[in-house]
Amino acid sequence: MEELNRLTAHELIESLSRKEITSEEVISRLNQRIKDTDARVKAYVRFDSSNNPAEQQSGAAALPLKGLPISLKDNICTDSLNTECCSMILGGFRPPYDATVVKKLKAAGALILGAKTNMDEFAFGSSTENSCFGPTHNPWDLECVPGGSSGGSAAAVAGDEAIWALGSDTGGSIRQPAAFCGVVGLKPTYGRVSRYGLIAFASSLDQIGPITKDTRDSALLLNVIAGFDPRDSTSVNEKVPDYTQALLNDIKGIKIGIPKEYFIEGTDSEVKTIIKEALEKLKSLGADCQEVSLPHTEYAVPVYYIIATAEASSNLARFDGVQYAYRSSSRASLIDMYKETRGEGFGEEAKRRIILGTFVLSHGYYDAYYLRAQKVRTLIKQDFERAFNQLDCIVTPTTPTAAFKIGEKIKDPLKMYLSDIFTISVNLAGIPAISIPCGFTKKGLPVGLQILARPFAEEMLFRVAHTYEQNTGWHKMNPRLK
Amino acid sequence: MSIDKDTVKYTAHLARIELQPKELETLSGQLKDILGFIDKLKKIDVKSTSPTSHILPVNNVLRRDAPAESLPLKKTLENAPQKKESFFAVPKIIE
Repeated sequence: MEELNRLTAHELIESLSRKEITSEEVISRLNQRIKDTDARVKAYVRFDSSNNPAEQQSGAAALPLKGLPISLKDNICTDSLNTECCSMILGGFRPPYDATVVKKLKAAGALILGAKTNMDEFAFGSSTENSCFGPTHNPWDLECVPGGSSGGSAAAVAGDEAIWALGSDTGGSIRQPAAFCGVVGLKPTYGRVSRYGLIAFASSLDQIGPITKDTRDSALLLNVIAGFDPRDSTSVNEKVPDYTQALLNDIKGIKIGIPKEYFIEGTDSEVKTIIKEALEKLKSLGADCQEVSLPHTEYAVPVYYIIATAEASSNLARFDGVQYAYRSSSRASLIDMYKETRGEGFGEEAKRRIILGTFVLSHGYYDAYYLRAQKVRTLIKQDFERAFNQLDCIVTPTTPTAAFKIGEKIKDPLKMYLSDIFTISVNLAGIPAISIPCGFTKKGLPVGLQILARPFAEEMLFRVAHTYEQNTGWHKMNPRLK
Repeated sequence: MSIDKDTVKYTAHLARIELQPKELETLSGQLKDILGFIDKLKKIDVKSTSPTSHILPVNNVLRRDAPAESLPLKKTLENAPQKKESFFAVPKIIE
């Protein structure tokens, strides 16, 4: 009873279906845990236990997620429930509709927690420090960042303040925090999960995905949220398999590529050692590991910071003080009202990205920056296509270092951007990838192993991740948060 | 290619963002660094490469031209900082 919040979703589903526990018990234990620990972790924003969860669902007992609570990142729209992207400019915003993933979760019987999880403002960041609510702290070391931008979701799951959660991933925003917090984070193939109701950052890169305590939960949650949605014109009409069927404890003969470009200088030597041990483990389980080259890897970060900021500058044009939430109080003309609203309402990183994005799209610079970046994006995508002709998956470190200290990189945006060096290519190529825990540094910080596969091959990710998990057990480690 | 303070100021205007003098100072330096880093893309020959704007073959998605449920007016206007009757209200544009 005490420990209900520590269980995985699949364990809870079983106990709930056997009527050994009730949904109320799970919720009350979870709320207690949040009350006890979140003053230190700060994974949630606007926590108020009275509206946690927002609404109880009624309906058939046979629903797959009946009575099971889930935590959502603050950029996933929930009908009449605050969704603010942790930005002042959206302060008090209550969407008039549910995102498609929320509709699907509710239809499956899940309960949406009233408090949302913390994030970098508009998902701009890698540390959850760019939130108007202040930073989230890593449950493994409260002085460290949880990663970002879905840092609140990852910290909540790692700290047992959530059973499971949804995040969004534009350049690593699910996988990097999952690695820093020692949990499982999946970025599905672009088009696999509907983006309808996800407040857009970069529309050609964004995907919603699960952050969970193990691979089985990740597969289970993808089962519910994946699928075609006529409301998202980039959603793909591809059959959704039962992903739990892919959870085999067997990777004999699976061809794994190890890209030499991901073992470069700048990667922490402890991280390198831990990843090499993980690769040895995969080999010992029968995988056929071979070196592969992804020659355009070093260009991924610059390409990303052109394309993502260009798309962001366009997407965020809608926050102009007219339709949503915040408007500056001092205003003369319409244009001044726009400028002051945006100058006051956006945080530092948001302004930096919008201005950079506007610049690379502006007259005289478009060809040199935006168009060139789109061309290099083609080369990055082709690197993966070539590699997957010979391989079933690719394995890399998720991040070049373990979690860094709060404040360490916040004043140097370029340094912060480089912490996403291993996760960004995946979004540019649109392929799926998962990060799973694979060890700890001497200081006790988790390290993540990233597995990449060809488009719509999430089953391969689950198979390799699950096999590794079943034969190691890193995912069962818990932070010593009292 | 580099970026000077005037260009940053002008770009911020295009993006409809009012910058404080101190912000302008910091941003100009940071954007210069970031663009300097981005310049490494110039090393690559992309003459015969076509651009990728979308990783999927995207087509126009059409639907039947039939009325369907839309967002309720009252609920949608609830987030407006200023409204008048059933409209979003803005500062006067034409005298």
